[in-house]
Amino acid sequence: MSTLVPASRPPVRRRAPDVRRWVTSYVMLAPALVLFGVFVLYPLVGAVRISLTNSTGIGQATFVGLGNYRALLSDDVFWKAALNTVLLAVVSVPVSVVVGLALALLLRDRLPGRGLFRALFLAPYVISGVVVAMTGRWIFDENVGIVDRALTGLGLPAPAWQSSAPAAAVSVVLVLLWARTGLVVVLYLSALQGVDSDVLEAAELDGTSPWQRLRYVLWPLMRPTTFFVTVLMVIETFQVFDIVWVMTGGGPAGGTELLVTYAYGQGFSARREGYGSAIGVVVFVVVLVSTVLWWRVQRESEEDA
Amino acid sequence: MSATSTRPRTAAATSATTVPERRRRRSRGRRFVLVTVLALVWVFPLYWMVVTALSRREDLAAGDVGLVPTTLDGGGFHRAMVDFPVLQWTANSAAIAVVAVVITVVVDVMAGYVLAKHRFPGRSIVFFLIIATLMIPIQVLLVPQFDLVAKFGWLNSYWAVIVPRSAEAFGVFLARQYFLSMPDELLEAAQLDGAGQLRTLWSVVLPLSRPLVAVLVVMTFMYRWNEFAWPLVALRDPALYTLPVGLSFLQGQYTTDYPALMAGALVSILPVLVLFAVAQRQFVAGIARSGLK
Repeated sequence: MSTLVPASRPPVRRRAPDVRRWVTSYVMLAPALVLFGVFVLYPLVGAVRISLTNSTGIGQATFVGLGNYRALLSDDVFWKAALNTVLLAVVSVPVSVVVGLALALLLRDRLPGRGLFRALFLAPYVISGVVVAMTGRWIFDENVGIVDRALTGLGLPAPAWQSSAPAAAVSVVLVLLWARTGLVVVLYLSALQGVDSDVLEAAELDGTSPWQRLRYVLWPLMRPTTFFVTVLMVIETFQVFDIVWVMTGGGPAGGTELLVTYAYGQGFSARREGYGSAIGVVVFVVVLVSTVLWWRVQRESEEDA
Repeated sequence: MSATSTRPRTAAATSATTVPERRRRRSRGRRFVLVTVLALVWVFPLYWMVVTALSRREDLAAGDVGLVPTTLDGGGFHRAMVDFPVLQWTANSAAIAVVAVVITVVVDVMAGYVLAKHRFPGRSIVFFLIIATLMIPIQVLLVPQFDLVAKFGWLNSYWAVIVPRSAEAFGVFLARQYFLSMPDELLEAAQLDGAGQLRTLWSVVLPLSRPLVAVLVVMTFMYRWNEFAWPLVALRDPALYTLPVGLSFLQGQYTTDYPALMAGALVSILPVLVLFAVAQRQFVAGIARSGLK
């Protein structure tokens, strides 16, 4: 601890005031610690405990050990939901990053009306997931929705967004991209503002093409932002609930079922609290472990660079 | 542009800049057209919500409503506001969001400040635990949180929705990032003047933290206003529903009354859109300043 104390301070007075400062620190942290402890960490322990029982929410629950986790291994719907969740992350996160960066590059460099455009792209992000889902459900309605009307008008086939599982999945991805790419635009825009324009001008005078400047100058400079955006969006993808629950309810035939919608459906609609909790615990562990690993890999490759 | 012209240059460089300058202006024109087209596509769903809310159910069902509607009808808004308790739900959402914003901003600012500027044992572990809560899917907490809130006797009150999520890990993270960039000398000077920790936070740090407070207010309001899964579980009495819960209920009950559904949806997003429009500059500045680059 001694290294953390400014060297100019007289060594005799070091110990006593520090303890008093630690107490102050914890007093100021107390509200956050109590709220996180009582309403997040304690329930998390509770969820693990419930996941080891056959609780239905009514009557006495019996301890079943790892029974729920073992049942997961042979549950086809669980694996389908897991596959859907991973696919959603693999498809939607890179597309969001690319589209977000492209829009930010289009808006850079004092484009007229830049603030207005930025606000328009960010608007869907500030709207509730429920409203986004209701709007998505209506626009992609397979009977009278505007998207199918437009496609028919153009002589193109009109997908059955509600009764075909692949079409439903596509509509969910599109709606999700619409809802959250705006944040990516804002994050890249603020990162681009930090780029020294001399660097780009120098590259331009060297006769590089715009693509080369993007690939070899901007992209490396954007790396911390890309990392942050990716982590944030992968975590969010594993927690996407409102949009899917309201737009498709996980259907048709489990085609848009995600891990968290399945956990909710099992825990609340099917009243299998123990089983639903086991799914939730698995999601948490997977997200935590993969985030920590991703962080490590990223830091190592940064140290190598 | 003014920055380029005032910057001192060698003679060779000056003659070379006029061409890229002209090219840049032309590229800006092209970009403007492209961005305009994309922005129109982007806001189309919002425009279509408005058109739908002002159309008649029969016309929509027949597929008769064009891109520019020929007749406007107030029926959707009338049904949403009179037949459905949208106004009551708006009041519930507002009460919950406002109280939650006050609590969350105070809690997050204090925690973020201490984690950024104080040195004490256990600091890293506390920070890690708080950040780790970001990765907990809310669905896993719903059952135990419900039991807890029931035990406290908060069921069927606003408190059931407000308290359990009133410490926001992302807010603590933002606050900490913001305070990390604040010079230590400033705080040490205040403390040499004999100000206590809370006094320093209140009278030295806070006045310099308006962008942070603005972004925390906007983001917390947005989270609370839009929150769905937890209020869906915690609120059983329809009179206490928040807007997202109520609207999702309507969506399930009146699947085909799209004018009324979209009218209710528009009413529900208006406050957030207004807040966002007013605070956009601070919102963006807050994100940028908090080191999320």
